[in-house]
Amino acid sequence: MTTPTPTTDGSGSGLRRVGLYATLVALTLVFLVPLVWMVLTSLKTYPAAQEIPPSWLPNPLAGYGYEQILNNSANPVLRWFLNSMVAATLHSLLVLVTASMAAYSLARLKFRGRGVTFALIVGTLFIPPTSLIIPNFLIVDQLNWIDTLAVVVVPGAASAFGVFFLRQFFLSLPNELEEAATLDGANQWQIFYKVVLPLSKPALATLAVLSFLTNWNDFLWPIFVLFSPEKLTLPPGLGLLQGSYVTDYPVIMAGAVLASVPVLILFVLAQRHIIQGVSRSGLKG
Amino acid sequence: MADVIEVGAARGDAPPPAANAARRTASAGRTRRATPYLFLAPYLVLFGVFGLLPIVLGLWLSVHQWDFQLPNRPFVGLDNYKQLFSSDSAVYGDWWQSVRATAIFTVLSVPLLVVVPLGLALLLNRSFPGRTFFRAVYFAPYVLGVAVIGLLWRFLLDANLGLVNRLLGVVGLPSDTPWVTNMPWAWISLVGVTVWWTSGFNAVIYLAGLQDISPELYEAARMDGASAWQRFRNVTLPGLRPVLLFVITTTVLASANMFGQSFLITQGTPGTETRTVVWFIVEEGLRNNNAGRAAAMSIVFALLLAVVSIANFRLFRYKED
Repeated sequence: MTTPTPTTDGSGSGLRRVGLYATLVALTLVFLVPLVWMVLTSLKTYPAAQEIPPSWLPNPLAGYGYEQILNNSANPVLRWFLNSMVAATLHSLLVLVTASMAAYSLARLKFRGRGVTFALIVGTLFIPPTSLIIPNFLIVDQLNWIDTLAVVVVPGAASAFGVFFLRQFFLSLPNELEEAATLDGANQWQIFYKVVLPLSKPALATLAVLSFLTNWNDFLWPIFVLFSPEKLTLPPGLGLLQGSYVTDYPVIMAGAVLASVPVLILFVLAQRHIIQGVSRSGLKG
Repeated sequence: MADVIEVGAARGDAPPPAANAARRTASAGRTRRATPYLFLAPYLVLFGVFGLLPIVLGLWLSVHQWDFQLPNRPFVGLDNYKQLFSSDSAVYGDWWQSVRATAIFTVLSVPLLVVVPLGLALLLNRSFPGRTFFRAVYFAPYVLGVAVIGLLWRFLLDANLGLVNRLLGVVGLPSDTPWVTNMPWAWISLVGVTVWWTSGFNAVIYLAGLQDISPELYEAARMDGASAWQRFRNVTLPGLRPVLLFVITTTVLASANMFGQSFLITQGTPGTETRTVVWFIVEEGLRNNNAGRAAAMSIVFALLLAVVSIANFRLFRYKED
C-alpha cells in the first residue's frame, strides 16, 4: 500500500509531469475549497454572509458564529460535542473489547458450533442495517434506553464488521508464538492478552479509529432515538441548528466546523490506519 | 469446570501426533471446554439482542398492525405487504415514489462513483513527490459525517448566497440555478455532492487493487508494443475485476440506502420527489407510528437489494467466462 508501483509512464517527460501536477492541484481545489469556505464563513458576521455576491474573506473577522453556538441554551452545542466525544469513545472501546475476544475465539480456538456461529455473524453483513431500524427501535424502547447515552453507544457494536476484520488479522498470525506460550504454561486468556493483542496493535488501532468515526458521524439512528436538547450528539444537533438558524450561515458553519475538527485531526494523526482499514476491506471482496 | 479436555480433539481435527502429545502435557488443565464460549459471550449478547433479534422481530412486526401508542396490535397476516402492492391503498403512492427516488439516485450515482474514483486511483498510482498528500486530500471529505456535508452543501448550493452560483457567475454562466429546490437540479446536486463526498473512499480501495497487479504484466505488455489504452484494457481492468465487483456491489448498496443527503440538502423537495426509501420507512414507522407496515417495507427493501446484489454478482461472473 505504501510503496507505489510505477505502472503507467512513471518516468514521463517534463511536460507530462506539469500536466499531472496541474490535474492534481485542480482536484485538490475541488475537494478543499468547500471546506475552506465553511471555515471562512464561520468567521463572518451575519450581514457579511448575506452579501450578494458573497465576498471571499471575512471582513471584519468575527467571532459571531462561535459566540452564538457557545452561549446558546436552546442549542447547547458544547454539550453535544461532549456527548459525541463520550459516546464515540465508549462505543469504540466496547467494539474493541467484544470484537477482539470473539474474533480470537473464532480464529484461534476450536469448539463445537464455531462454523455455524461464524456463518451467522458474517451472514448479517449482507443485511442492510437500515432495514433493521424499526425493530431495533422497538428493542431499545423496551430497554428504556430512548434518550439515553446507551442508545447511541451499544446497539451499533453488534455490527459484524469488527469481528470479521479482526478474525482475518488473527488468522494471519503465526501459530508458533501461541505454541511457545502454551509450553510455557500460559492459558488461553494469557495468550490472548499477552501474545495476540500486543501483536495486533495495528489492526486494533484501525478498528478503534474506524469505529470512532462511524459513531461520531452517525446521523440516521440518533435523530430518532434522542430527543432532549441536552442529550443530543452533534449530528442530530446540527440538524436542529440548521432548523433554528435557517440562513444564518456563520452560526451553522461554526457548528459544522466544530463537528469536523476532531475527525479531521484524527484523520491527520491516524491516516495510515484509516486508509489501510479501508483498502483491506476492499481486498476481502 | 471439572471436564478438562483437549479442545482440538473434541472436534475431531486432531493436530499431528507429536504436536498433540506436546500440547496435551502442556495445556491439559488449562484449556477448558468453556473457554471459547466465554470469549464469545460478550459479543454474542450484543449480536443476539441487536443483530439477530431485530431480524425475527422485523418479520413478526410485519404481519401485525403495530402502533406504538395503541395497546392492541392485531395480527393482520400479509395485509401490510399487500398494501404496498395494491394501487388503491393509502400508502401505495408514497411508497412507490420513494422507491422511484431511490432508483433514480442509484442509477445516476453508481456509474459516477465507480468511474470517477477509478480515475483518481489511476492518477495516484505512480510514484511522484506529494502522492500521499494528494491521496489524503481526496479522501478527506469522507471522514466528515453526512450532517456536516449536508449543512455545508445546503449552504454552498443556496441559490442566492451559495458559492456554487457565485463561481458560475464569475465564469459567465447562469448564476441563479435553484440547485436544491427544482428538478432536475435537485438530483444533480444530490449526486454531485455524493460523488464529492465519497469518491476518495472508492479510490483508496481501487489503489490497493492496482498495487496488487504485477508490474511484470505491464512490462510484458509494453514489450509487445501495447498502447496506454491497450494496457489499461488488457492488464489493468482484468486485474481489477474482483475489486471492481466489490466496489460496484458496496456502492449500489450505499446509494440505495441514501438518506442524509436528501434529508438535509433538498429536504425532500421538490414536493417529496427526493424522499428516499430509507427516509420513508423511518417516517412511516417512527413518526406516523405504523411500525408494522414500516417493517414490511424494510423486508421488501432488503429483498430488493439482495436481488440487485445477486444480479450484480452473476453479471460479473458471467463476463469472466
